[in-house]
Amino acid sequence: MAVDNKVVEQVAHLARLQISADSVANYAAEMSGVLELAAQMDEVDTSSIEPMAHPTHAVQRLRDDVVDEVDKREAFQKIAPSVENGYYLVPTVIE
Amino acid sequence: MHKLTLAAMQRSLESGEFSSVELCQHFLDRTELQNKTLNAFVSITAEQALAEAAAADKKRAAGESLGSLHGLPIAHKDIFCTDGVRTTCGSKMLENFIPPYNATVVDKLKTAGAISLGKTNMDEFAMGSSNENSFFGAVLNPWDTTRVPGGSSGGSAAAVGGRLVPACTGTDTGGSIRQPAAFCGITGIKPTYGRVSRYGMIAFASSLDQGGPLAATAEDCAMLLNEMAGFDPRDSTSIDRPADDYRANLNQPIKGLKIGLPKQYFEAGLDESIASLLQLAIKELEKLGAEFVEIELKNQHLAVPAYYIVAPAECSSNLARFDGVRYGHRCDDPKDLEDLYKRSRAEGFGREVKRRILVGTYALSAGYYDAYYLKAQKIRNLISQDFSQAFESVDFILGPTTPSPAFKVAEKVSDPVAMYLNDIYTIPANLAGLPGVSVPCGDVAGLPVGMQLVGNYFDEARLLNVAHQYQTVTDWHTRIPG
Repeated sequence: MAVDNKVVEQVAHLARLQISADSVANYAAEMSGVLELAAQMDEVDTSSIEPMAHPTHAVQRLRDDVVDEVDKREAFQKIAPSVENGYYLVPTVIE
Repeated sequence: MHKLTLAAMQRSLESGEFSSVELCQHFLDRTELQNKTLNAFVSITAEQALAEAAAADKKRAAGESLGSLHGLPIAHKDIFCTDGVRTTCGSKMLENFIPPYNATVVDKLKTAGAISLGKTNMDEFAMGSSNENSFFGAVLNPWDTTRVPGGSSGGSAAAVGGRLVPACTGTDTGGSIRQPAAFCGITGIKPTYGRVSRYGMIAFASSLDQGGPLAATAEDCAMLLNEMAGFDPRDSTSIDRPADDYRANLNQPIKGLKIGLPKQYFEAGLDESIASLLQLAIKELEKLGAEFVEIELKNQHLAVPAYYIVAPAECSSNLARFDGVRYGHRCDDPKDLEDLYKRSRAEGFGREVKRRILVGTYALSAGYYDAYYLKAQKIRNLISQDFSQAFESVDFILGPTTPSPAFKVAEKVSDPVAMYLNDIYTIPANLAGLPGVSVPCGDVAGLPVGMQLVGNYFDEARLLNVAHQYQTVTDWHTRIPG
């Protein structure tokens, strides 16, 4: 399955990743290469095979609904690129 | 001192032959000398390490109770979060990231008394098989500095291979412990999925990622794994089952053990010199009483295709958290929120990471999910069933760790698919969640070669037992470059 430049641009937007115009064609070729590799999977009929969910068939654990983590808000805010009054700052979203 | 195994260092510390400060200083000196060439470390925490070593010596002198790794130097792959110590994951995105907490593995090894000398280099976000994808530059192979050390735990493997440190932590998503261990002439084990906690281990592909140790010998790996393994309620896929004592049964005879040789592993594509080294290793194991039978792993060839859908898909989801808002790189003067996301990510991630995010996003996007991700998860089940069937008649599976010895720097960097095929023998164990160990079994023109043993779920103790027994009759693991 060959990927064209338009697909790369769409996917890059979905992934919120800026791709420079001069590298789009390269990414298209490389993605096509990987998808060509993946196409080898089509040689096997898997219509009656269940997809794997977990190697040892573990299921999601539940725990008691009690607080077991200490509050580290300040420590986490300290490493953020931009904060003010305890909030993370981003460019204005609503005018 | 650096020629000793970790186990021997432990005995020398106990007998007072040398102190932990002397031991750590010795390795720090070696690191300072060789790291300029090898680039195995991203951060060296000498001051902190020596202070901890002094405290460890004091504690020993006072006769206090000591952990199993008391005063022994190690290093952590820079994917494990270390409280107050920069953790980069080999990426510009986390160039200045100082975590406010420790990964469970880091905490456990510290509690056991191990002293971290620093953080080792790696492929960015653990994506790579050559360690050429690090923002902090390529790591070189201590056996031949024109060659790669393997990846993604290439810094850890090069550091142990060159004896800059006796043991390291690593992670293995598609072979990232075993392949560099093979390239650098050391021992490395990827435990069963869920055996070692992923808490604080920066996520790449969560259904495949597994931490484990790299060291000179199987016994040294057992020493680290004894502290690393175990249930952790902070990791939602950690297995709630007690860990074994991996060092207790190393000396058990292996007579009568049945080892399977997958037909598919010894067919075309395997370097002839590696194939003949494996035959010699098989003979050694036969002398120890192991029996060999040919087995089939018929969907083996689909492992790489399935992996390069599953891993990128999970990576694209995991790496969505790097948005320039809460931590990590943020672009200058974003004009709006979308620009903030797009440019921060474009500037922070390297080329291979971007490539995998794109492939993963594509494979998970509307209309393609069934054809790629779902299909790959079904193939994964087939591969896992092949292993289960094999383990009905054999205890272990033996094969090569890599198709060739360490390749030249820049040799495969322009062809992602050629690079991906390097993991052809290691990926199946990740897809099935099985434990695997790589053990040095010879060299080709001075370059180390590894053999891989894959075991059934939670059979790490017996895997290390076989590896240790092999190492009692061979000396490949004792060789040190130059």
